[in-house]
Amino acid sequence: MSKGGRLAVVLVAFLVVAGLVVFGVAQLLVPGVPGGVVNFTDTQAAGQPVHLTVQTVGSIGFGNHPTWVSYLVKNPHTGKWDHDTSWELPANTVIDMTVYQYDSGSPLRNQEWGQVQGTIGRDATLNGKSFKVYDSYTGNGVGHTFAIPALNLSVPMVGVAGNPCAVAPCHFNSPHNIETFSFKTPGPGSYNWQCFVPCALGYLFGNGGAMSTQNYMGGELEVVAS
Amino acid sequence: MAPETTQGETNHFRRIVYIWIALSVVADLLFWFLVGPHVPPGRMTSSAQGDQLDFNILFVIGLPVLIGVWEWLAYAAFNWNAKKKDAPESVGGPKAWGNKRTEVSWIIVTSVVVVCLACFGIVELVVLQGAGGGEGPNPIWYPHGAIQAETAALAGTGTWSPNSNDVLPVQVIAQQWKFTYRYPTFGGFESPELILPDDTSIAFNVTSLDVIHSFWAYQLEVKADANPLENNVAFTRTQQLGNFVVRCSELCGLWHGAMFNYGTVVSQAAFEKWATATEAANAANTKDLPPFAWTYVPDANGAAGGYYPDGNVTPYSPVEIYGAKQPS
Repeated sequence: MSKGGRLAVVLVAFLVVAGLVVFGVAQLLVPGVPGGVVNFTDTQAAGQPVHLTVQTVGSIGFGNHPTWVSYLVKNPHTGKWDHDTSWELPANTVIDMTVYQYDSGSPLRNQEWGQVQGTIGRDATLNGKSFKVYDSYTGNGVGHTFAIPALNLSVPMVGVAGNPCAVAPCHFNSPHNIETFSFKTPGPGSYNWQCFVPCALGYLFGNGGAMSTQNYMGGELEVVAS
Repeated sequence: MAPETTQGETNHFRRIVYIWIALSVVADLLFWFLVGPHVPPGRMTSSAQGDQLDFNILFVIGLPVLIGVWEWLAYAAFNWNAKKKDAPESVGGPKAWGNKRTEVSWIIVTSVVVVCLACFGIVELVVLQGAGGGEGPNPIWYPHGAIQAETAALAGTGTWSPNSNDVLPVQVIAQQWKFTYRYPTFGGFESPELILPDDTSIAFNVTSLDVIHSFWAYQLEVKADANPLENNVAFTRTQQLGNFVVRCSELCGLWHGAMFNYGTVVSQAAFEKWATATEAANAANTKDLPPFAWTYVPDANGAAGGYYPDGNVTPYSPVEIYGAKQPS
């Protein structure tokens, strides 16, 4: 083989190996499928409350990590459940939020998160009944929280018995709790939201995996001028 | 240096020294009175003021050194330029090599500066209530009344009121990814807000429920690592009203960058009003919190477990882990 031919073989072999390495590393670093941003800014007239509906599931049931716990959001344009935790919201607007909680619960590591904080009226409703505090040592405990740390907003998501829904999106036939609350978006900016229950089973202190990966138990609110 | 040189060079050296002294005095005075009071982190607390003083002292000592170097360079460039006709021989040139007087003077001056700075630094660390850094579970330096206040806090008998001059214990609980604060002298309520009274010694008891975080209140000049199962104590004394920022300064995961909040130093009367109102508003949840303790043991099951006191009964004692008790 000529010198040029050998050089080409070495080069191709190098590129193949390097490509495999990059692919492998990328798979490790990007465990979830990066999502877009679900836009809620054009769903209501200016100044009117925006309706935001999400569900929590014990296991997403698809993708790279089918066993991971996750949030899903109801796309206001398609009406379908999207596996996406980045939401674009109008600034200084009331957000009426509805959460369908399909996951089980347990006592909280920090009962501080059993308290409803930062919502309008500082309360929420659980299956139609208003509440301000949920004692996580009672009933099925608390499965998750929906919290926006920068707004000091936190609402406990009360758990259901067992985890009968194994594939998202869960259907209303499955046991679930419905929680509603409202909050007002601040001025334009990016605000992260997260769950404060260390619910990533199998990870140290329950805070790895789904708790540390976008599109599962945390995301961003992209608040834009309305 | 001067005696070995010619008369003309001696004049150069003296001129340099005189200019240097004049510039240094002016620069130091300008810095001390115009810039010094505005040097971060400000004077919101005793430890912040101490840090500001340290920065200012270092700058006042450093400025003459800086001015001396720049002045020498500028003087040399203008007066000892080789292109200049009849340029005099430079001071500190080859003739200074091996000059014992120059060498000894240099060693003495630099040694005195360094040793004095080291002594100053040590003295500044050993102040009554530490330098605002975490001193671990057994602080060496603490303000008067701190031990009594901490012991009472743990026993649930602590009190604080305006003008009482009591130390106020505040527990900082770090968790991925937010700080929350417990006030044991007000029924042990927990809050995401950090409100402090003015003109009060504060005992920050910093711990974590999961990984290592670090509580850094920059304007207060308080910084203490938050370790699970450890009570890291830091003291400071508030002395100015205003807002401050709390940040986590230990890389702790996905939302580490968003792990910050704003705190406020308010008047003692305003603090008491806020604390009693929050204690009442949070009462329903406070009863579900574990009894106040210096550290809390995460549930043995890891995920979603309760957090439980470790059973310590005296402040600053070694942590004893009694294991995770499941709720009955």
